Amino acid sequence: MSSSQRPNQLFRNLNAKVASIPMILTALVVFVGGTAWTVLYSFTNSKLLPRLTFVGLDQYHRLWATPRWLVSIENLLIYGVISLVFSLVIGFILAALLDQKIRFEDTFRTIFLYPFALSFIVTGLVWQWLLNPDFGIQRVVRDLGWTSFSFDPLYNSSIVIYGISIAALWQGTGLVMCLMLAGLRGIDEDIWKAARVDGIPMWKTYLFIVIPMMRPVFITTLVIIAAGIVKVYDLVVAQTSGGPGIASEVPAKYVYDYMFFAQNLGQGFAASTMMLLSVVIVIVPWAYLEFGGRKRG
Amino acid sequence: MRYKYLTAAFAATVALNFAGPAAATDLEVTHWWTSGGEAAAVAELAKAFDATGNHWVDGAIAGSGGTARPIMISRITGGDPMGATQFNHGRQAEELVQAGLMRDLTDIATKDKWTEVVRPKSLLDSCTIDGKIYCVPVNIHSWQWLWLSNEAFQKAGLPVPKDWNEFVADAPALEKAGIIPLAVGGQPWQASGAFDVLMAAIGGTDTFLKVYKDKDATFAAGPEIAKVFKAADDARKMAKNTNVQDWNQATNLVITGKAAGQIMGDWAQGEFQVAGKTAGKDYTCLPGLGLNEVIATGGDAFYFPLLKDEEKAKAQVVLAETLLDPKTQVAFNLKKGSLPVRGDVDLNTANDCMKKGLAILAKGAVMPWTDQLLSQDTQKQKEDLFSEFFAKPDMSLEEAQKRFAGIIGSAD
Repeated sequence: MSSSQRPNQLFRNLNAKVASIPMILTALVVFVGGTAWTVLYSFTNSKLLPRLTFVGLDQYHRLWATPRWLVSIENLLIYGVISLVFSLVIGFILAALLDQKIRFEDTFRTIFLYPFALSFIVTGLVWQWLLNPDFGIQRVVRDLGWTSFSFDPLYNSSIVIYGISIAALWQGTGLVMCLMLAGLRGIDEDIWKAARVDGIPMWKTYLFIVIPMMRPVFITTLVIIAAGIVKVYDLVVAQTSGGPGIASEVPAKYVYDYMFFAQNLGQGFAASTMMLLSVVIVIVPWAYLEFGGRKRG
Repeated sequence: MRYKYLTAAFAATVALNFAGPAAATDLEVTHWWTSGGEAAAVAELAKAFDATGNHWVDGAIAGSGGTARPIMISRITGGDPMGATQFNHGRQAEELVQAGLMRDLTDIATKDKWTEVVRPKSLLDSCTIDGKIYCVPVNIHSWQWLWLSNEAFQKAGLPVPKDWNEFVADAPALEKAGIIPLAVGGQPWQASGAFDVLMAAIGGTDTFLKVYKDKDATFAAGPEIAKVFKAADDARKMAKNTNVQDWNQATNLVITGKAAGQIMGDWAQGEFQVAGKTAGKDYTCLPGLGLNEVIATGGDAFYFPLLKDEEKAKAQVVLAETLLDPKTQVAFNLKKGSLPVRGDVDLNTANDCMKKGLAILAKGAVMPWTDQLLSQDTQKQKEDLFSEFFAKPDMSLEEAQKRFAGIIGSAD
């Protein structure tokens, strides 16, 4: 074959390339372009409408001096750790239990996954009622006779973020369970047989053999949960609107409130840039280890 | 042959399409009047506009101004403007006007002599930017009212208080009777508004203007404002058992006698009216908390985005004129519980509370409100501070005042 007949690299798989043009454009223009635009305008004093009057780092100075932003960050950390740890642990335990070849597995799976079919708004409203001291759990228990029982996390500044986490866990664990179950089913039956022959107890098999083998599933789950944590907004809006006071504010809500309610785009952009930065700080080292390492190895 | 019929049919539909708007122009009007009393009031405006042969397309956005304004603004800046939209006159639409997105109404205003009929004059001033008029004020809303439930005081065996100080003194007795002394809903603007009312009532008009108009941060950190924070602390203690979010739910606590009072603007009156309560008998209202009888001339106004469609632009003029029409003004404001923007209308049917307001207005005891003095950015920071303050009993007065002075110092 002469080199002139060799198809140009650019035109190989032409159909596939043409088909992916819209997505490439979307990624470049909407994601990358939008991000760059936001970062650029976060250095301006844009109010209701964007305008290019640069004020340096003023917006960032103000941001980090704002108590509400600091509360938001703290809440996000607490909420993040809780949802990450508990949804992984509970999700895995549920999956392991379902994996014991029990009866009515389908029914249980449906029950556990069902909350995931609800949006965060609906979840938030349901739990707002459940946790309302005048109508919900507290009222029911008091009516049963324990009159001093008190359970009103949504109305107590110091624990409100845990109340919100409960709703998030209720909604999200089902999905984690399903992913884990799929991972467990992917483990070869022979591994279990070998472990049994060697007399390894079941919990040890799970902990030291099965879980390390499920690494890809865990990573997928981790990414899904982590993305959900950073963008949490609707759940808080539905349950408490950030209250009592500013006790359950989250960064995404700060961005929205300052961009639209306060008509201060610059401040909102600065906050969203900080959110992006925090994601980048977490994602980049991980992606480097995960993908960069494998190529070399 | 068939082709011919088809063309004829097609032509007919086209003709019909053109004929449609000429007869009655649809004009979409967005607003955030969705509670019972408010909806009844806006229906009056729609009725009056429909009577002119046009058609009012109602674009109500639920969730109060804070939710509605971003939607309205993004529609206007996004190139899908409505025919007309509500804002609180003052600085909320300032940048939209500066960006040239709003229609200049100066011609209509001069023709209809708005400067002569609209009272007090400061209302039109808030609609004026660079010497041009951009909005039609429709009502005067003042924040400075204390609404008291006569029933609640009767239950606690107390006379209805005459001012804020008496009310504070009554709080322990009310609590003993199982009544929440003061209802403050969880929406941030309620806490922030209540504080402003306290400042105007306890500090007086000059103090209020010095802080919000001159933005004097040293003054805001001083002893005069410390007194206001002391009062806000009383309010915080009295309100600690309110477990509701929306303002009308809080008003409802007062209507049903579960709470003794609420600091809320005169829009609360619409709720009392819908509930069939009589001013003076079932409830009492104290303008300026009974301490400083001045009312703020905040309120609602309609802005008209610049439209390309000529038919609609004509309908905008009709709507602007309808809104200021004496008959519409009376019908609308009676339902809304607010004061009309013209002095020459007959309000014999007004109730006790509205008459109190009208008397204060006639005396000329008016002052501007924060919507006119502060940017939305500053307002939001204030809301964040006061919603935290009201929800956190252990936040010290000194810390709150320090942060307040900081906000005033950087205010615009």
